[in-house]
Amino acid sequence: MAHSEQDILAGLAEIVNEETGLPTDSVLPEKSFTDDLDIDSLSMMTIVTLAEEKFDVRIPDEEVANLATVGDAVTFITNAQES
Amino acid sequence: MATTVVVTGLGTTSPLGGDVASTWEGALAGRSGVRPLENDWVERYELPVSFAGQLAVPAAEVLTRPETRRMDPSAQYAMVAAREAWADAGSPEVDGERLGVVVASGIGGVWTMLDAWDTIQAKGARRVMPLTVPMLMPNSPAAYVSLEVGARAGVHTPVSACASGAEAVAYGVEMIRSGRADIVVVGGTEAAIHPMPLASFAKMRALSTRNDDPAGASRPYDVTRDGFVMGEGSGVLVLESAEHAAARGARVYAEIAGVGLSSDAYDIAPPDPSGRGQELAMRAALRDADVSDRDVVHVNAHATSTPAGDGVEAAAMRRGLGGEADHVAVSATKSMTGHLLGGAGALETIFTVLAVRDRVAPPTINVTELEPGIDIDLVRGTPRPLPGGQIAALNNAFGFGGHNVALVVRSV
Repeated sequence: MAHSEQDILAGLAEIVNEETGLPTDSVLPEKSFTDDLDIDSLSMMTIVTLAEEKFDVRIPDEEVANLATVGDAVTFITNAQES
Repeated sequence: MATTVVVTGLGTTSPLGGDVASTWEGALAGRSGVRPLENDWVERYELPVSFAGQLAVPAAEVLTRPETRRMDPSAQYAMVAAREAWADAGSPEVDGERLGVVVASGIGGVWTMLDAWDTIQAKGARRVMPLTVPMLMPNSPAAYVSLEVGARAGVHTPVSACASGAEAVAYGVEMIRSGRADIVVVGGTEAAIHPMPLASFAKMRALSTRNDDPAGASRPYDVTRDGFVMGEGSGVLVLESAEHAAARGARVYAEIAGVGLSSDAYDIAPPDPSGRGQELAMRAALRDADVSDRDVVHVNAHATSTPAGDGVEAAAMRRGLGGEADHVAVSATKSMTGHLLGGAGALETIFTVLAVRDRVAPPTINVTELEPGIDIDLVRGTPRPLPGGQIAALNNAFGFGGHNVALVVRSV
């Protein structure tokens, strides 16, 4: 069953919280992973790997650079579920 | 005149307690930290051993969630111990270029390595976490400790099996003596209560299989000993040049007065039965400390409780300490903690430092009858007072591959 955008946002927030300790309510769609959440490329790869597992999608490595904001990731995962 | 190296901070997490105070109290009380394993894998894989010395306080209760996710348990334990040791030393203000770290591990990140392999087999390479290699490498605990304290004079990881933790102390002493650093955070760590090492050690017949009596299983030098008991945890010490410690008014526990290292060149696992290599290490440490065997009043023995190892060490001590061996109180603290492998030599250095400071030799538990021919004065059941005045003690640590390390701790 596909996850709603709201579920995906909440799930991403949990992953970011576990990986970085940032509070879940700071993980908002408009936030930039690098500029606002201070997530480096290695942590980003970890978060992507955990998200693939959690939402049962594939996020190709070359796509990760395009996921600038949390909202970008939510959109990508939503679309990847549908395809 | 060689630089004097002193101990100004101690930290541990062990089967006896989550810090130095509770661990030392447990040791003096003759408590066993060995308990039955509750993991379902014991039965699933038909492990012949169903007990171990697990941490008294799980690291996950002390560290943050992101920390436990990014560190293999071996690094987690080192971090817990290092934070205590560093705070205990008064969190010294020191130029990072004069600060070193030497934290050893015998086996490294075995949990991380094998979990990642399981993941690849079950789900493919995409699911492997990017930090898998930085987590499993044996230098990971040392590297994390260096990040914690900002050490830039060098970060090192001796890997010498069950001598690793003591070799780290020796390396730290040498760093200070050679002028590379004023302070070195040293120690050892291990997190190998995992089915693979347990199965391997059991197959070697190195482990006790006294499943009906876990707390009574480790019985060094006893006629009924049947192998060592796996333990886990970490010990960390802050070493400092005496001059640097005095300049900042640091509290000093004791001096690490001598280090002795040797190798057996005999076999990959059992020690040279002649004990020649072990004796060489003890003699080298005494010579390095410029103390005579007469000055030594206490030994924290390696004494793992294996049928092969204990007899060799007892004979080597007898020769290494000459005629004075009659007056040396020997403690075998693995009877209470189990064997922390790469962490053992560091935790036992802490025990030796505290024995010298408090002038008390911790007891050896579970010994009812010394094996005939073992000619040492073993402290059994209850602690024994050590004499006043300036005293010295030895800490022995030996490892698979023929590594022998002896350290001399002297009172201040």
